[in-house]
Formats: sequence, C-alpha cells, structure tokens
Amino acid sequence: MARTIAGFLIGILFGLGVTLAGMINPAKVQNFFDVFDLYGRFDPSLALVIAAALAVTIPGYRLALGRGRPVLDDRFHLPNTSTIDNRLIAGAAVFGIGWGLSGYCPGGVIPALGLGRMEPVVFTLALLVGIAVAYAWQRRAASGGRTA
Amino acid sequence: MRNSIAMTQFTPGAAALGGLMIGGAAVLLMLVLGRIAGITGILIGALPTQGGDWPWRAAFLAGMIVAPLLYTAATGSAPAFEATSGLPMLIASGFIVGIGVVLGSGCTSGHGVCGLARFSIRSLVAVPVFMVTAIATVFVARHVIGG
Repeated sequence: MARTIAGFLIGILFGLGVTLAGMINPAKVQNFFDVFDLYGRFDPSLALVIAAALAVTIPGYRLALGRGRPVLDDRFHLPNTSTIDNRLIAGAAVFGIGWGLSGYCPGGVIPALGLGRMEPVVFTLALLVGIAVAYAWQRRAASGGRTA
Repeated sequence: MRNSIAMTQFTPGAAALGGLMIGGAAVLLMLVLGRIAGITGILIGALPTQGGDWPWRAAFLAGMIVAPLLYTAATGSAPAFEATSGLPMLIASGFIVGIGVVLGSGCTSGHGVCGLARFSIRSLVAVPVFMVTAIATVFVARHVIGG
C-alpha cells in the first residue's frame, strides 16, 4: 500500500512537471522540432525542460543509488544491457518519426488524458496497439518464426 | 498537421521549473521504489497481464492524469493544448510510437531524462537518433509536404 501511495504522489509530481513545462501540448513539442522554421515558430522550451531535469537527475541519481537500497524495495531495478544494436537504433528512429508526426510521446500524452479531450485518448489507444504488435513481433522472432 | 500550425511562446521559466519537477520525480522514484521513471516501461508494466508489480505503476499513471486537474485548480486556467493532428494522423502516430518505444526500449523520459543521467551508452545513442528523426519528420511534414 505504501508503494502504491508513493507511486501516486510521485506520478502527480511528474505529471505537474510535464504540464507546467508545456510538454502536454503537442503544438509546443512540434514547434521545438521545427528548428529550420523561418517564420519564428521554433520554440526552444523543451531543451530547457530536459536540461533542468538532468540538472536534478544527474546528482540525484548519484545520491539515491549511493544508498544500499531504495526506501520501499530491496534493490534498485536498473537496465544492465549496454549493447548498441540495430534494434535500438531502428526503434529510436521510428519513435522519433512518430513523435514528430503528432507531437505526442508517452510522457506527454498520459497527463493530457486528464484534459478530457478526445485526441489524447485516440493516440493512447493507438499507442497500446502499437506496443502489443511490437511485442507479438518480438515473441515471434524469439521463437524462430519465419513468417515475416 | 498541415491544416493548423499553432504558434507557441518560448516559456523559459515554466520550462525550467517543469523540468526540475520532472527530474525531482525521477529521483524520488529511484530513491523510494528503485525504479527508472520511463513512462513507456511504467505503462507496459501497469497492465495486470504482465503480472506482479503493477499497482504502483497504475497509481503513478493515475497521478499523472490527475496532475493537469490540480494545475487547473491551482492556477484557475487549464493548461494550453493545441490539437495539431487529425484522427488518421493521431492513430498512425500512436501506432508508430508504440512500435518504436518497444524496439528502442524507451521514450523521452526513460532515455532522455533517466538514461542520460545514468550515462547509459544506449540512451546516449537513442536520444540523438530520435531527436534527429523527429526534427526531420517535422521538417518534411511542414516544409516539404505542407509548406
């Protein structure tokens, strides 16, 4: 129960950050990507968002991970792969294309669900379908399927 | 996307404060629950079908959804939101992002905020790749096809 409450409160803080930063607004995100625009639509705000977040996470992670264990778990759960493979590069490239097309990423669209508008709901449903399809592909590839 | 392109103001103060809050939440999640604040991973792990440790993830997502309501209550006005995409584009874009985040093992938050802070070599590669393809996509959509 304590873990669930902690998750909820930290989720609120994260969502407030996304909301205040303007990353909840797909137009603002797309305008950040429009670096070659000649009409003044380029909006550099997002660079500041990420820089400010890193200014906290870089020292903050060092302090947190310096403890033996998290407060409400018995160990830290960290990805331990360090392999640069085609899957990572292709996946990141595909993600960027999708992000640019609409201006939504998962971290931006989840708070946007709270706005009570239809667009974030549609995007989120399509996102879940994409995730399910990608998992199905991966399972098929892992089991040696040759149907692709 | 070509049908409406909204101007947005550069908002350095709000952007920096929002970024500090995002970073603070990521550090708290690591400190308290020992987890990376990657929204893709939290979303996938929140499905009860994945078994196990889903309740904190579902609660985290619920907190994110409540956040703009608290913002509206506190400031007296809803956060800016300009829809730029029609339905077909929303569906295509959501599907493409879903494929990308599974293959690429993360999104803006997981790679950009958490991975870079850990100096993860995979994130150091993934972030410039998705930034470049997002910039290229907006360039093509707005200035080559759109205009």
